[in-house]
Amino acid sequence: MRFRIYRYDPESGNKPSMQDYELDIDPQGKKVLDALIAIKDTLDESLSFRRSCREGVCGSDGVNVNGTNVLACITPLEGLKQPIEIRPLPRLGVIRDLIIDMAQFYQHYRAVKPYLINLDPEPENERLQSPEDRAELDGLWECILCGCCTTSCPSFWWNPDKFLGPAALLQGYRFIADSRDQATDERLDFLEDPYRLFRCHGIMNCVEVCPKGLNPTQAIGKIKSLLVKRAL
Amino acid sequence: MIPKRTFDAVIIGGGGAGLRAALQLAEANLKVALISKVFPTRSHTVSAQGGITAALANVSDDNWHWHMYDTVKGSDYLGDQDAIEYMCRNAATAVYELEHMGLPFSRLENGKIYQRPFGGQSQNYGGEQAIRTCAAADRTGHALLHTLYQRNIAARTQFFDEFFALDLIRDEAGTVLGVTALEIETGEPWLFEARATLLATGGACRVFRHSTNAHINTGDGLGMVLRAGLPLEDMEFWQFHPTGIPEVGSLISEGVRGEGGYLENKDGEKFMARYAPNAKDLASRDVVARAIAQELRAGRGCGPHGDYVHLKIEHLGAEMIKSRLPGIRELSMQFAGADPITDPIPVTPTAHYMMGGIPSNMHGQVVAPVHTGPEEAVPGLYAVGECACVSVHGANRLGGNSLLDLVVFGRAAGIHMIDYLRENPIPRPLPQAEVDKSLARLARWDKKEGKETVAGLRADMQKVMQDHCGVYRTEALLKEGIEKLDQVEARLPDAALSDHSKLFNTARLEALELENLMPIARATLVSALARTESRGAHSREDHPKRDDDQWLRHTLYFSENDQLDYKPVKLKPLTVDTFQPKERTY
Repeated sequence: MRFRIYRYDPESGNKPSMQDYELDIDPQGKKVLDALIAIKDTLDESLSFRRSCREGVCGSDGVNVNGTNVLACITPLEGLKQPIEIRPLPRLGVIRDLIIDMAQFYQHYRAVKPYLINLDPEPENERLQSPEDRAELDGLWECILCGCCTTSCPSFWWNPDKFLGPAALLQGYRFIADSRDQATDERLDFLEDPYRLFRCHGIMNCVEVCPKGLNPTQAIGKIKSLLVKRAL
Repeated sequence: MIPKRTFDAVIIGGGGAGLRAALQLAEANLKVALISKVFPTRSHTVSAQGGITAALANVSDDNWHWHMYDTVKGSDYLGDQDAIEYMCRNAATAVYELEHMGLPFSRLENGKIYQRPFGGQSQNYGGEQAIRTCAAADRTGHALLHTLYQRNIAARTQFFDEFFALDLIRDEAGTVLGVTALEIETGEPWLFEARATLLATGGACRVFRHSTNAHINTGDGLGMVLRAGLPLEDMEFWQFHPTGIPEVGSLISEGVRGEGGYLENKDGEKFMARYAPNAKDLASRDVVARAIAQELRAGRGCGPHGDYVHLKIEHLGAEMIKSRLPGIRELSMQFAGADPITDPIPVTPTAHYMMGGIPSNMHGQVVAPVHTGPEEAVPGLYAVGECACVSVHGANRLGGNSLLDLVVFGRAAGIHMIDYLRENPIPRPLPQAEVDKSLARLARWDKKEGKETVAGLRADMQKVMQDHCGVYRTEALLKEGIEKLDQVEARLPDAALSDHSKLFNTARLEALELENLMPIARATLVSALARTESRGAHSREDHPKRDDDQWLRHTLYFSENDQLDYKPVKLKPLTVDTFQPKERTY
């Protein structure tokens, strides 16, 4: 199979470029990550990318394949148009090859205080939560922080330092939606900002690319409607 | 001189165990650094599916004594009963604590934490099936890992993400004073000085060709410990999970059988009834893995090559599968091409978990024999989680006890470290020679000439382990395995990298990981050859019976001359009566 892969090695002094590889691989049942590993193991040791779980749950190997942000480990090789073009996720800086600098992404995540805030004395046993209240968290807590959504978002491309991006906002809403959390007002105060939240224009690229099938746009919409409700 | 950072404590590994310990220390206002070779939520804890076991009694009548009995029995009596009591007794508290931290457990109608049955669980010491494993759908590891990471953000733990730990720094008295580590992005080595060092580096199933484990599970802490002259414990015991997806290795949770799934051979027979008439599909993992291996051997496997069996859950219905087992369905569709709502999932026993590891006690202290005397704590060194051998899992771990192990002993180690740091307020002088030794090891990979590749050697090592140290073992098979491994190891000095760049050089990382994996493979084969009995996950066809007279003891393996030593199993619990070894049936 034929691949065109984005290469950048800052030490070399060379500009980024696309490199072609011809790999002998039977695509049946194989994923893009299998091909990347095979290229590294047999053709070019210097090809650099992140990987860990290889089953779509750790979020290490977000890359752009033929123009779409995906997780390499769950993207089948079969059916991909050749040469398969693999690039780093867009907009965040590239450290090397397919490895991007996620510092900004993580900073936005930390900014939404992604932890439960509940100042009541802790009960002896678990806090009770009805299955219905718990169901409010489904589609939110499963985020794996791969960055596919945020780096596909034009609003983020334009204001990466100020707009929190779909992943961070999804996690922001995950705690607002938790019946056990007591900091909804504080969280809404933080998000009520022309950039942090309101740069989202519902373009929905995030929904399209999320490898876990989550819907950040919907979560952002829910935050917006809570803000409206609060203002009334 | 390399850049140095000084902390009270340094933790290596950002999975469940490392994060739990870090939290304890950070919340006590100690200066703690957490070094992880990946961003913490990429750690392998994230792949745990089915749940965390604790006798909450939310669904079935239950108490921690029964959990303890099941764990001792599941360990095939090799587990240390003091540590097992400590874990089971603290299990409920640990789970409630996670809930208070915000972990999104699934819920029962009454609002309590959802629990599901898992293998090897019983009420009343071997009676009816217990329902004991607490779950967040089938993504409990993800929920646990993210929750702990989030709490550490709140507690302002200092993270050093994408730093690869190289070597422990030990002075002449044997005290551990910190570690050297490679900053992956810049390629610069650092020295992390700390009065207490905790290893939480996870498992090492990447010694096998097929495994459920992440690529990162290369046993780095074990390599560090062996290089420091310390032993590894019970390395012959590796769990083969009954239900991994063939070739790919992805795990299909035991929770699937807990929710009512069952195994079938090619004749459509629910064969587990023949092997475990009472517990059937929910027998212990070693029992189910052997049963599947027997079916495959007898030619009753499914598929064109007869190399897997079927796991069926269609009868549970689409709605139940979507709500309780959504992650499993995803994995099955992605990696086996089967939607379990309509099709059976192909599964085969797959290397999954390392019961052995760095010898430690229930405070997380690493322990080792001193000269010819009894074991003592290694000052300043701790280990918890899969890299450690406490030993709560003995010869076979029960499902749901791994996540529990992480948080119970992560917390226990944190508590002990706080005391240790108070009692040892003055940093000892760092032996520069030890730092230099570590840097020399790193520099070894700068060499340009060599005809072997890291990927080639790794593949050969993994094949040796897969072929010679699987579910069933014999003396001849293991001896041949050691000979073959000798040959692979002998080629290691002739390995060289073609990529000598500094920045984010993942080829160099893989070389360093291979240097950790190789001695682990050796420890496993040597320990397995010596143990002439069958116990838990270690099945010797030439010694099919458990032999308590000779082998009710832990193996200790030292790298120097492949030396073996043994220590007794701690049969005496903390407060309750000993569970005496007896025949183990399900």
